[in-house]
Formats: sequence, C-alpha cells, structure tokens
Amino acid sequence: MLGSALRQAVQLILSLESEVLRIVLLSLRVSVTALAFSTLMGVPLGAWLGLRRFFARRLVIAAIYTGMGFPPVVVGLAVYMLLSRSGPLGSLGWAWVPGLFTPGAMVIAQVIIATPLVAGFTMAAVMGVDPNLRQQLISLGATSWQATRAVLREARQGVVVAVVAGFGSVISEVGAVMLVGGNIEGSTRVLTTAIVLETHKGNFSLALAMGLVLLAMTFAINIAVLRLQGKAYG
Amino acid sequence: MGEPVYQLLGVTRVYGARKVLDIASLDVYPGEILGVVGPSGAGKSTLLRLLGFLETPTSGAMAFRGQRVNGGAPSLAVRRQVTMVFQRPVLLSDSVYANVAYGLRVRGVTDARERVEKVLDLLGMLPLRKEAASTLSGGEAQRVALARALVVEPEVLLLDEPTANLDPAHVAIIENVIRQARERTGMTIVLVTHNVFQARRLADRVALLVSGRLVEVAPTKTFFESPSAPETHAFISGEMVY
Ligand SMILES: Nc1ncnc2c1ncn2[C@@H]1O[C@H](COP(=O)(O)OP(=O)(O)OP(=O)(O)O)[C@@H](O)[C@H]1O
Ligand SMILES: [Mg+2]
Repeated sequence: MLGSALRQAVQLILSLESEVLRIVLLSLRVSVTALAFSTLMGVPLGAWLGLRRFFARRLVIAAIYTGMGFPPVVVGLAVYMLLSRSGPLGSLGWAWVPGLFTPGAMVIAQVIIATPLVAGFTMAAVMGVDPNLRQQLISLGATSWQATRAVLREARQGVVVAVVAGFGSVISEVGAVMLVGGNIEGSTRVLTTAIVLETHKGNFSLALAMGLVLLAMTFAINIAVLRLQGKAYG
Repeated sequence: MGEPVYQLLGVTRVYGARKVLDIASLDVYPGEILGVVGPSGAGKSTLLRLLGFLETPTSGAMAFRGQRVNGGAPSLAVRRQVTMVFQRPVLLSDSVYANVAYGLRVRGVTDARERVEKVLDLLGMLPLRKEAASTLSGGEAQRVALARALVVEPEVLLLDEPTANLDPAHVAIIENVIRQARERTGMTIVLVTHNVFQARRLADRVALLVSGRLVEVAPTKTFFESPSAPETHAFISGEMVY
C-alpha cells in the first residue's frame, strides 16, 4: 500500500489536482500567517524573559511552559467558545473578529498554539548565552542596547530552532483547525483535516499520499531554514 | 606622578554576608603599570571589576580622574576610557576579525581594518583572522581577548591574568606587547597576576592583596628586595599558606 500511496503522492504533486492544491495552499497560508504573528510576539517576549530579571518573571515562564504543552484540541475548544455567536468575542459582532469556520479563526487558534513554543525556545536560547559575555562587551565600550543586540545575535541559532518548532507544531496540528475551521470543503479544509476525513472514508492511499505531501513540505521548509542557519558562524 | 587616575578610599565590596574587598586606600597613577598579586580568592578580580565600573563599591569613595564614580556606572564617554581583559574571556561566535573589531564598531569607527590587522599582527594572530572564534585554542582565545581590548587604545587597561593559558614563548610576546602599548600610548595598566615573576618583569609598582586587604603597595624593587610586610616576604618566596 505504501507503494501505491507513493505513486499517488507523486501523481498528486505532478497533476496539481485543483482541490488538493487548494488544500496545500490553505494549509501553508494559515500556518505561515499564524507563525508570522507568533514570531512577532514570541521572539521579543522570549528575549525579554531571557535577558531581564523582574517581578513575576517565574509566573510568566510557568505560563509559557504550560502553553507549550497545551493540547491543540483544548485551544480549539477555547477559541470556538470565544468566537461562537454567543461567545464573548463573537457576540460583539466586530467586523475584524473572524467568525467561526473561517481561515481567520484557524489562524487565531494556531497563534495561541505556536506563540508559547516560540517564546519558550527563544528564552532558552537567550539564557544559554554565557552570562559573562554581556559584561565583557560593556567593558569593550558597548552601550547596554548594543550589548543586548549582541547577546541576541549569539542566540540566533536557537531563535531559528524556536521558529521551526513553532511551524512544526501548527502545520501538523489537527485538533484546533478541525474544531474552529470545521473542515469545510473548498474553504477551511487543510491537509491534516483532509487526512482524517479520507481515512474515515476508507481512502487510505489518498490519506497516506496527502500525509507524504505534508511530510515533504515540512522537510523542505526545515532544510531551507537549516541552510540559512548554516551561513552563520558556528 | 601627576593626579591619580583612580583614588580609592575605604572601598569595600560585600557579597551576601562576605566582605571580599576592603581597601583602606589605593591610588593608581597615570601611565604606570600597577601589578596586583595575591592568593586565589583574595579579591583581585573583584577589584578590577570595580575599577572597570562593572560593579559599584558597597561602601567607600572611588574617584576616576578626580570625579566621584561610586554612584553607579559613569557616563558612556568615561566608561569607554577603561577596558578590561577578563580572566575567562568570552568571545562572540563570529570570526576572529569581527571579535577584535567589536570595540571599534560600537564606537562607530569605520576604518577599523588597518587598526585591527595591526593589533592581530602584534599578537601573532593575523593568519587566524578569518577563523571562527569558537575553534580557537585557549591561548589563542586569550590573545584575541587582549587584541580586542588593545585595539580601542583605552586610557586605562585592566588585565586579569592575561597570560594564564600561554606557553613561555607567548608569555614573552604578550609581555612585550603590553610594554610597547604603554610606551606608545602612555596608557595606565593594572595587571592582575598569580605570577610574581611577571609582576616583577612588567610592573612599576606592585600591590599584594590578601583576603580583600592591601597588605603592601610598593615600587617593584622595594616590593621584591625589601618588603615591609612579613606576608609580602612569605608570598614572594612562595611560602604563603592559604
Ligand atoms: N558575584 C559574586 N558573588 C558572590 N561571591 C563572589 C562573587 N564574585 C566573587 N565572589 C567571591 O569573592 C572572592 C574573591 O573573588 P575574586 O574573583 O575577586 O578572587 P581572585 O583574587 O580574582 O581569585 P583568583 O586568583 O582565583 O582569580 C571569592 O571568594 C569569590 O568566591
Ligand atoms: Mg580572579
């Protein structure tokens, strides 16, 4: 069966069958958008937590660690209740709040899933930089801000890992997108939910083929990131 | 000898409940090399961190060029006159060249190249300028640490065991570089070393620090040939038990 799945996967990719292509593009669009937001929030948050000692820092860190282990389906449930028509956000009827069963709702859920991961890994990377470095750079004449920038630059490999981990978590996540997206054909169906559906329908080789497409996609993105990383001094 | 660069009066530094530094009085004069020797844990590095404005005294008065500086870090312009080479240098994960250029880059110096290469050459590190700093040996890293401090030509250079990881040939090279830097620029140098022979070779005056207290500060010749404190005599003859 793996053989036929492989053949079918290759056919799927070559034929760029319109429905499958749409599913792939939507998966990418939702997860890349979510990741962009998560990176914009998670990297500064993680850097700040790694650099500064302040009141309630441990509390924030505990919250992030909890968030890193959140089951996506629970996040999905929370976003579902938030956005549903009787929910606190949905009932406001604001135009910029995405409704349930839209790609926007899926993005919100995935941002909530990926941000703690990006922040947590970034914090670990920044904390992994030798704490003596900062003082030594200050002594070489760096301003506080210049030294901070250099420390963040030292942590750059870890930050890349943080972003990759965030992407891996959302592109492969099924529980949240299923709940808040609803797996609607032609509008909110993504690779993971399509795989679940095809498996239930008994189309195992199609499901497996889409699984391979998903795998190939994440593999290609990770390779690209690693290549970027390889250009820096080790 | 001119107005002192540093004047310390009753300066202490306390960590937790331990007073690791208790300097009744110390003056450092412009253009001199002051050697600081003493057993491990005596507070030598702590003293250097105070002189480098990286820590503030717990109590007492410290002045830099006549200005009191014990109330937190002084202005950037003052801070940039003093540079320290640390006992355990940490380099940027970047090239040797970029590490040495760092102090110039943060000062906005654009034509750094010639200066960086000259300093690297002095220390025999020019052939390694493109290497990643993470691949250097301990002694090479130490030379990069000295190079990145020398290149900014500070008024005051604080050296914490600058030759601890080096073989005798490289110790000689570095001692020469230190001597030449002082002669060329007239910079003031405070040199912390375990090695009393190094202090004798380089310093104009030598201070002995024991348990955070200055036991003796004297011109090098006096320090070694007719010390007044019995501890000094014991330390230079290698008899001191700690
Ligand atoms: N940040 C710190 N917090 C607590 N204790 C410290 C700190 N820094 C130094 N000490 C303590 O202060 C004492 C003096 O340390 P310091 O590093 O100045 O000694 P040193 O003379 O440089 O020793 P060595 O020759 O081994 O380098 C030591 O007992 C050390 O444990
Ligand atoms: Mg020390």
